[in-house]
Amino acid sequence: MYQQTKIVVNNMNFYYGRKQVIFNLNLEIPKNEIMAVFGPASSGVTTLLRSLNRLCDLNPEAHMDGDVLLDGKSVYGHGANVTELRRKVGMVFEVPTPLPMSIFDNIAYGPRLSGRKGRRDIAETVEQSLRKAALWDEVKDRLSISGMSLSGGQQQRLCIARVLALEPEVIILDRACSGLDPISTAKIEESLMQLKEQFTIVIAPHNVQQAGRVCDRAVFMLMGRLIEEGTNVEVFSNPRDQRTSDYITGRFG
Amino acid sequence: MKLTPAQSERIAKTMIWAAALLVIGLLLFIMVYILVKGLPVLSLQFLTDIPRSMGRAGGIASTIVGTFMVTALAIAIVIPFGIGTAFYLAEYTKGNIVTRIIRFSAESLAGIPSIVYGLFGFIFFVIYLGLGWSIISGGLTLAFMILPTVIRTSEEAILAVPHIYREVSFSLSATKWQTISKVVFPSALLGIVNGVLLSVGRCVAETAAVILTAGSSYGMPTSVFSPTRTMAVHFYLLASEGISMENAYGTAALLIVLILLINVVANAFVNRFIAKGR
Amino acid sequence: MKKFKERLSGRIFFTLALSSISALALITVFIISQGAPLIAEVGIIKFIFGMEWAPSRGEFGIFPMIIGSVTVTLGAAVIGVPVGICCSVFLAEFAPPAMSNLFRPAIQLLAGIPSVVYGFWGLLFVVPAVRNLFGGPGLSILTGSIILGIMILPTVISISEVSILALPRQYKEGALALGMTHWQTIYAVMLPAAKSGIVAAVILGIGRAVGETMAVIMVLGNAVAVPESILDPVRTLTTNIGIEMGYASGEHQQALFATGIVLFVAIMILNSFAQYVTRRK
Repeated sequence: MYQQTKIVVNNMNFYYGRKQVIFNLNLEIPKNEIMAVFGPASSGVTTLLRSLNRLCDLNPEAHMDGDVLLDGKSVYGHGANVTELRRKVGMVFEVPTPLPMSIFDNIAYGPRLSGRKGRRDIAETVEQSLRKAALWDEVKDRLSISGMSLSGGQQQRLCIARVLALEPEVIILDRACSGLDPISTAKIEESLMQLKEQFTIVIAPHNVQQAGRVCDRAVFMLMGRLIEEGTNVEVFSNPRDQRTSDYITGRFG
Repeated sequence: MKLTPAQSERIAKTMIWAAALLVIGLLLFIMVYILVKGLPVLSLQFLTDIPRSMGRAGGIASTIVGTFMVTALAIAIVIPFGIGTAFYLAEYTKGNIVTRIIRFSAESLAGIPSIVYGLFGFIFFVIYLGLGWSIISGGLTLAFMILPTVIRTSEEAILAVPHIYREVSFSLSATKWQTISKVVFPSALLGIVNGVLLSVGRCVAETAAVILTAGSSYGMPTSVFSPTRTMAVHFYLLASEGISMENAYGTAALLIVLILLINVVANAFVNRFIAKGR
Repeated sequence: MKKFKERLSGRIFFTLALSSISALALITVFIISQGAPLIAEVGIIKFIFGMEWAPSRGEFGIFPMIIGSVTVTLGAAVIGVPVGICCSVFLAEFAPPAMSNLFRPAIQLLAGIPSVVYGFWGLLFVVPAVRNLFGGPGLSILTGSIILGIMILPTVISISEVSILALPRQYKEGALALGMTHWQTIYAVMLPAAKSGIVAAVILGIGRAVGETMAVIMVLGNAVAVPESILDPVRTLTTNIGIEMGYASGEHQQALFATGIVLFVAIMILNSFAQYVTRRK
């Protein structure tokens, strides 16, 4: 039924030291849709998301077996280019984290890393990215002030714009709205709906309601295992598994 | 007689406040005394004339130049090694045996008395390398002496940079070097500068290590190979041999003013560093 | 290109770190190579326990200096440690914010004052005070201990304060919730919990006192004799080097390097102990 698969997770087992946090997980993430991955604390959601762009490599304790394929190519195999992977798979973190530099430089950070130098070219990218993240109108007159002086919601949209400037193919949002007010959250969700036309989006929502609102497909995880996967309607209206239904209706978590 | 909790609380509190006030009082006593006695001696003539007849007359210009040159040399040498080592410890190692050896060495170096640095500088730079009593021998010796301080303060500043910045940078496809040079280093810079400034203070104040390596001749230095007498050494010789109390006070007052200035600037840096981290 | 820069920068940092640690090796090798021959010639027992220091006659015994260093350092600890710990408790627990914002830079300044200034100040005020109050020449173990006691304060205060502030907040909250007074909480819960940091602070302070030269050279009297009371003048290992290095040559100079070895070893032992104590947590 779905068009094209962007990411495939194959038989993933993930460990921090001796502790296993993901058990035998298989998942296909379709292109140009919003996929929500949700579950209670320490269910492995963040680890799964971070394994998609190999950010978990930063933890020296972490190791895994199994594989992740992006467009059919292994991202963990020999000769895989981590830098290129992270350019294609962008990430927005739970806490809004502008780097300690100006708004402009925050967004230009990624493009400059990949060697782009033209001033006009970069300014163009910055503007486009800010427009897509619905922040341009609010900051266009003060691009040189520090990114940290923006409000929390603005900061998070800045982080989204920063990812967009990389011209990625996949965007991961790890509980990216958890600290924000409802208006900022609504703005971000709105821009996500538009962004999915061009990008594949994987989101760890900060609560079940948000998952229900924004996603096309959803995955429920519990204690490192995939419990249920399906379309929005399947998972949220007619869950097959009792645990999914208990979690959605608020019996635990 | 057994004290009630309230009584012992009161006694303890009194003692603790007394100790704190005593320390502040001592600091003020030492500084104010030297400044009151020495500041009136500081005239333009005193600052621009070289010492004459062993320091009994004349000024301290050459000792100011000597202090400046020895300190500048030490700082210039220590910066790449100290900061480089700090980055290696903070960013490149994962608590293996190499890290532990480096850290043990740095901490051990920090405890070595300055007179031992002086002995080492004398035998290695002055004699073995044939540099003689000179600004360069003194500067190199002081560089060895302040190396552990610079490593430690820089490492602390680097570790104080929030880990999430590194994650963000990596997630935006930066390599490790790009992350360090574009994000970590700029964020840690104020803290690193603070540590370097405190080391400047140590160089200016040091006596034992420089008297053995830079010598004590008070002529105006002409190059880094000239011997020199730093202000601290000059003060020591004037005071301990009773040559001129007045000029000793003047030199000490200038030393105290310099140290005060360095500390104020260093604190301004560290406060901005803390404010930035928020 | 990117890969190349990546590898190059890693190598450079590693090389810089390696050069830094070779500093320790270099110092060790050169001090030992200068002093060891003399220790071998005199005999280690005779060198350390010898009572006679007369370079002109070829007598090199440093026992009086060892006694000098030990007594002055112990005196400094007796004076400086209680005051230092009180100050760290003050900073961590009692000082109003405005006060601690003033106190912390003041402690840093105390550490920044040149040691020769401390010595000079001691000569002007502490020496006459000791002479008038207790008799004797005034240049004495007691005077040196007072000066060093002040000089080790910054080390003791800052390291103890850090270890008190590093305690989990729950310790304090838990104790207060049990109805203990503030002082009981500090005395019975917080100080014991911060013990390893405080012990390290004291050891490092002692290390500082053992190594100090210029301040004590001016107030100790520098007599080479085993003291009979704390009002007698003494000479320490450091001042022995500081006084005689200016004119020593040949065997005499080697003997001063040998004194340096003893100092070096003592400091290394103290340091390793401090590192061991902090790491044991």
